[in-house]
Amino acid sequence: MKRSTVERRVRRSYWNEPTMAAWERVYLLEVVRGLSITGGVFLRNMWKWCTGRKGAVTAYYPEEMRADYAQGNRGRHVLTQRPDGSPQCVACNMCATVCPAKVIEIEATYDPRDPAHPKSPARFEIDYSRCVFCGLCVEACPEDAIRMVKDVPGFPGRDRWTMWSGKEQLLNWQPARDVAKPYPPVPAITSAATAGSTEVTRP
Amino acid sequence: MMQDLVVHAAYVGYALTVLLLFGTILTWVERKQAAVMADRIGANRAYIRLPYTEIRLIWIGLFHGLADGLKMMLKEDFKPASYDRFAYAAAPWVVFVPVLLVFGVVPFGGAFRPGELFDFWPAVAQWFGDREYQLQIARLDAGLLVVFAFGGITVIGAMLAGWSSANKFSMLGALRAGSQMISYELVMGLTVLGLILIYGSVDLVEIVRQQSGLLLGFLPAWGIFLQPFAAVLFITAAMAENRRAPFDLPEAESELIAGYFTEYSAMKMGLFMFAEFIEIAVIAALFTTLFLGGSNLPYMHDGGFSLPGGVEIALSHGTVVLIQLVVFLAKVLLISSFQILVRWTLPRFRYDQLLRFAWKFLFPICLANLVVTAVALWLLGGMK
Repeated sequence: MKRSTVERRVRRSYWNEPTMAAWERVYLLEVVRGLSITGGVFLRNMWKWCTGRKGAVTAYYPEEMRADYAQGNRGRHVLTQRPDGSPQCVACNMCATVCPAKVIEIEATYDPRDPAHPKSPARFEIDYSRCVFCGLCVEACPEDAIRMVKDVPGFPGRDRWTMWSGKEQLLNWQPARDVAKPYPPVPAITSAATAGSTEVTRP
Repeated sequence: MMQDLVVHAAYVGYALTVLLLFGTILTWVERKQAAVMADRIGANRAYIRLPYTEIRLIWIGLFHGLADGLKMMLKEDFKPASYDRFAYAAAPWVVFVPVLLVFGVVPFGGAFRPGELFDFWPAVAQWFGDREYQLQIARLDAGLLVVFAFGGITVIGAMLAGWSSANKFSMLGALRAGSQMISYELVMGLTVLGLILIYGSVDLVEIVRQQSGLLLGFLPAWGIFLQPFAAVLFITAAMAENRRAPFDLPEAESELIAGYFTEYSAMKMGLFMFAEFIEIAVIAALFTTLFLGGSNLPYMHDGGFSLPGGVEIALSHGTVVLIQLVVFLAKVLLISSFQILVRWTLPRFRYDQLLRFAWKFLFPICLANLVVTAVALWLLGGMK
C-alpha cells in the first residue's frame, strides 16, 4: 500500500503583508471611525444643499458649463453685438474664406440708412457637424465680430441638419460666461480683477 | 365586534401603505444618500411631463423609483429550464411575504381611543363607545417570538430560489445565504434575550410601555441605554439577516453574478429587491421598538408633555396619537438611513471572515452581555 505524503502547506510571507495595530484588529472601533468620516461628509454636503449651495462636485452637464475647461478652450462660436444689439459683423466673408472646413455661410444685406456700417449679415450659419474648432475665423475677423467661448456646442442630434447654428443662436451671447474677452472691452487690469468673481459657473 | 374589524382593517391598510411607501422611498433615499456621501448629485433625470404642456416635474429624482417599477413590470419574464417550476415561482413570495408579516406585531403608536378621537361626530363616537386599542395589528403574547419565527422563513425563500434555478451561481449563493442567515439569526436571538430578561415579557406593547419612563431622572428609559452592546449587536445581526453590504455575500456581484436570484428577471427579481428595501424599514421598526422606545418621546405621556422644569403641556388625544405615529416613522426613517450609511461605507467581508465574525466575535460578546445582564439583575434583586 502506497502512502501518500501530504505536503505541509507553509504560508508564504510577503514584503507587503498588511500590518494591523491592535486598534485596527478590534474592527468595531475602525467601523465607527469610517462611519463618522462618511457621515461627516454626508452632513457637510447636506448642509450645503439645505443652505442653497451645491453640495457636489458634479456639473449638471448640458445646463451648466463645466468648471474644468482650459482658459483658451475653443468651443461654441458667438457673434458680438454693438450696444444697440445689431451684430458687429460686416459680412466681409473673411472668416468663410479662411475656414479650412468651409462651414461658414454668410448672406449679406445692405442698409443705406446706416452709413457707418452699411453691410451686415442677413444669414450667418455655421455647420457644427463639419467645424474643426481651429479658431482661424476668430483670428481672421477684422471687426472682432466672431469669438469662441469655452463652452462646447450642445448639438447632439440624429441627423446633420440639426447641427447648424444660425444668426439668432450665435448672437445669443452671455458676456458673463466669457471672462477672457469681456464686451464691451474693458482695460485688462479690471478684467483680471473681476475674473475671479465672474468665472463662477452659472447657478 | 364590528368596531374591532373596522379598526384593524384600518391598521392593516396603514401598515401596508407605510411599508410599500417605505420600500419605494428607500430606493430614492439610498441613491441620494449614497450620492451626497460621495460628493455627487444622484439620480435626477427622470421626469413626468404634464400632458399638453412643456412642464416637466422632476421632484429631485423621486420618479426614478417609478421608472424602476415600470421597467420591472414591463420586462420579459425569463424562465430558466428548471425542473422545479413551482419552487422557482414561489421563492420570491416566500421571501417577500414574511417581511410584511413581521410588521404585524410591531406597535406603531401608543393607545388609541376612537370614541375620544371622533368626539366631534357623536354617532361615530357613540358607536365606538369607550373602547381602547393599541396601535398594532395583532397583539400576540408571543410578539417577539413571532418576529423571529417569520424572520426565519426568509432563508427558506433564498434557499428555494437558489436550488430551483438550476444554476451553479444561484446554488452557491443559496448555500451562503443559508449558513449566513442561520448564524446571524442565533446572534440576533441572543441579543434580544438580555432585553427579555430586563422587561420580563416578550409582548412588544409591554416592552414599549416599559420604555416610556425615565432613567436616573433624565435619560429616557430606552433599551439602547439599558443594553447598549445589545443594540449594536442587534443592528449588526439584523443587517446581516437582510443580506446587504457589508454582509451581501449571498448576492456578491463580483463573485456570483447576483447570487441566489441570478436566474430571476422582471418583477420576480423586483420582488427580491423590494423585499430587501422593505426589510430595511422593518428592521428599523424592530430596532425602534426594542431599543428606541417605539413611539415614545422623552417626557411625553398619554396626556401631553411634562418637561423636567415642571412645565406641563396638555394635548388632546388626537394630537397625541398623531405625534406618536410621526415619532415612530421618524425614528424608522433615521435608522433606515443609518443602515444605508453603513451599506455605503464598509467593504464586503470575505466569506470565512463573515462566519468567523459571527461565531468567534459576536457570539461570545452576546453570551457575555447576557451573563452580565443576568448577574446584574440578580444583584439588583427585585428591580424588575
